[in-house]
Amino acid sequence: MSNIQTPLVEMKNISKQFPGVKALDGVDFTLMPGEVHVLFGENGAGKSTLISILSGVYQPSEGTVEISGKRVDFRSVHDATDAGIGTVFQEFSLVPTLTVFENVYLGNELKRGLFIDRSAMAKGAQKLFEDLGFELNVRQRVSKLSRAEQQMVEIAKAFHSKADILILDEPTASLTERETEKLFSFITNAKENGVGIIYISHRIHEFEKIADRITILRDGQLIETVAAKGTSEAHLIELMTGRAIGDVYPKIKRQPKGEVVLSLRDVHAWGVNGVSLDVRAGEVLGVAGLVGSAKSRVWRSVVGLQPVKSGSVKLKGIDVTNAKTRKLIQNGLFYLPPDRKNEGLQLSATSRDNLNLSILNRSEIVGRVGLLSPNKKKQLADKIGKRVGLSETYFNKTVSTLSGGNQQKVLFGKGFGEERDIYILDEPTVGVDMGTRAALYRLIKEIAESGKAVVVISSDLSEVMNLSHRLLVFSNGKIAAELTGNDVTEETVLKHFFAELRATA
Amino acid sequence: MNTNIQNPTKQTAQTFLLSIPDMVLKLFIKVGVLPFFLVGALIIFSLLSSQFLSVQNLTNVARQSVYLVLVSLGQMIVLITGGFDLAVGTAIALTSVVSATAMVALASMFPDYVWLVIILGFIAGFGAAALIGSLNGIGVAQFGVSPFIMTLGVQSVGAGIALFITGGVPVSGLPYEFGNLFGFGRIFGVPVPVLVAILSIIVMWLIMNRTKFGAHIYAVGGNIRAAHLSGVDTKRTLFFSYLVCALLASLAGLLLTARVESGETNLGGTIALESIAACVIAGVSLRGGIGRVENVVLGAFFIVLVQNGMNLTQVGSYMQMILLGSLLILAVILDQYRYRKIVGER
Repeated sequence: MSNIQTPLVEMKNISKQFPGVKALDGVDFTLMPGEVHVLFGENGAGKSTLISILSGVYQPSEGTVEISGKRVDFRSVHDATDAGIGTVFQEFSLVPTLTVFENVYLGNELKRGLFIDRSAMAKGAQKLFEDLGFELNVRQRVSKLSRAEQQMVEIAKAFHSKADILILDEPTASLTERETEKLFSFITNAKENGVGIIYISHRIHEFEKIADRITILRDGQLIETVAAKGTSEAHLIELMTGRAIGDVYPKIKRQPKGEVVLSLRDVHAWGVNGVSLDVRAGEVLGVAGLVGSAKSRVWRSVVGLQPVKSGSVKLKGIDVTNAKTRKLIQNGLFYLPPDRKNEGLQLSATSRDNLNLSILNRSEIVGRVGLLSPNKKKQLADKIGKRVGLSETYFNKTVSTLSGGNQQKVLFGKGFGEERDIYILDEPTVGVDMGTRAALYRLIKEIAESGKAVVVISSDLSEVMNLSHRLLVFSNGKIAAELTGNDVTEETVLKHFFAELRATA
Repeated sequence: MNTNIQNPTKQTAQTFLLSIPDMVLKLFIKVGVLPFFLVGALIIFSLLSSQFLSVQNLTNVARQSVYLVLVSLGQMIVLITGGFDLAVGTAIALTSVVSATAMVALASMFPDYVWLVIILGFIAGFGAAALIGSLNGIGVAQFGVSPFIMTLGVQSVGAGIALFITGGVPVSGLPYEFGNLFGFGRIFGVPVPVLVAILSIIVMWLIMNRTKFGAHIYAVGGNIRAAHLSGVDTKRTLFFSYLVCALLASLAGLLLTARVESGETNLGGTIALESIAACVIAGVSLRGGIGRVENVVLGAFFIVLVQNGMNLTQVGSYMQMILLGSLLILAVILDQYRYRKIVGER
């Protein structure tokens, strides 16, 4: 790369203010032609916001964006696409009811006269997939495809629009090893043709294979841009978290031989192919796996969000297979959903009202003549708010205006509304800043050490690896491995991620 | 350092200059569009008509607004759960013809027990509306039919039944005491319908603010999945919301029947639109989760006030329809804006 080359992308001093949170604060970023530039950082560090600005989803509050030396001001995704920016978001932007080729050509359909030329589009799409080395029937509906296949369609779609700037947001999160290899060879190919690629990933070991430079973001700020070659993993993690690993994760004492609180025997459900496990009081059980590995689904079956087809679930020795969610909650189970906005919180209500919902069954809040007492409700909710470390200024604020970290504190607070025996925490720190994460980890420590059973399900490997006493790795609907002690390394965990897939392939 | 000291004074000066539109905006976000509409209506109509602000006219408005207040309270519950009920008019019509038919039939059987006949008539009316509400509730809660389709369908079914029962002819010959007390009666000088409305408002306020059921209604409308995961019986909550809505409409239907002294199928023809308008103007969010009893009462009062004002200023009934519809749309546009401000742009 020579110095005289004009950068494909030059973002200067970018800031983005959301209500209640500054997502980006004066970030600079450049992308050269033929370069793979990794964006690295925690969830909530601002990576997604930065690429959303580049791809026209958001407008920056401050700062300038230049494409090939020209100042641009994207008002919409369409503007960005026109400027040659192709984005593959984590959340797919495909229309599930349309076929693959219709999706690829969506917005610029081929026409013959007045009508759409379906066969030409199908042929074109087929050729595109062949060039990319993906095997896929382009006449299938997208809803029938696996997540990995949908990802391929997204990538193909971005390429179809002749993008010379490609943004890939966690592209390998749901791909198998083989598919990942294919993607990498394709990236190498694209690089040679002068395409610039912005690559977001948490998987450090991927960087040395494809990356040129790595930009590290933390809490909305640019920490450093480093060359990929010669930067160690430990150094990257330190840059990302801003502290040594030991400062973030507390040591959680494990209670010896706790009683079995929750027990699953050969549970089958949608995407779950026979899972047996026990969760004991006083332990933190970690659960890892790829998207679609059933690491999350098995617990959703337990709490009644999807039916158990066969097998049994016992809570404290009582059979609760296919029991109603509210019965489980009344009997001492707490489930923290992975998507706080869709499943966790009443966004238009205040923190206090959100907490109130978890204490409605408490007898303390009933006043005279059997009606609920607002004062007693408030006292109890405020006590919980303080316990989870939510600042009092937020008690009466609408939850949607809070930062991700504070929202997550409210969500955790709902677990303290009543006496519980088991806490199932699905992605407990997704999109949460580092400071709050440390606070939430301390809460998990408190819960476990007070003799409750805790299950932590997470895509963040260092989180599950460092918190849990025991780690289950899920793959293809089954438990691929149970790891304890020194066996818990990133390498072994990743190996087991694909265990079942390899066996069936 | 120097700039740090100067900045605050500059800011105060700025906030002071911005304060009036800023305060109006803040007030709007806090209370919604209703106070502005109410003040506007009061100013316009009192300028155009000298009778408008008279005690007699305002008492009249209060009496006339009873029916819409009751229906709007029911509509509010359903709106807060995130749905809406287009079948409130049918609940009124069916209540009217069923209770009237029952009373007429029973009166000929037990001519000496007129109060028993009236009580049984009430029960029959409530029963008919409960059927409507249950149908809506089961469809929406159990089968997941969209509230729009479900209540639209039930509205047609109910209207058909009401016409079938009566053949389209008003049911007359109701007991004299029925109309005399519930239509025109006064207790301590206050019209009975107004007393019924006040009582209903108090009960509804307690339900929404002081009971688990009320908290569950807000939770279901705010985020039904989160409510489910918080242990709320969402289906039961939805079902009872539609049931309570139909029963409140039924109460309005009985009072209206007493007022017109016959069972009529065309009672409540426009009340679905009017009640939704009253709620939305009163800040009940169409997305669910937001809405307050006291505001809805004012909202219903406002609609009747505007209708009354338009009558006094001799606005034709066709023109009234146009204005009322426009007012509703304007209120919804402002509600969208307000919701975004509350929930944030994300």
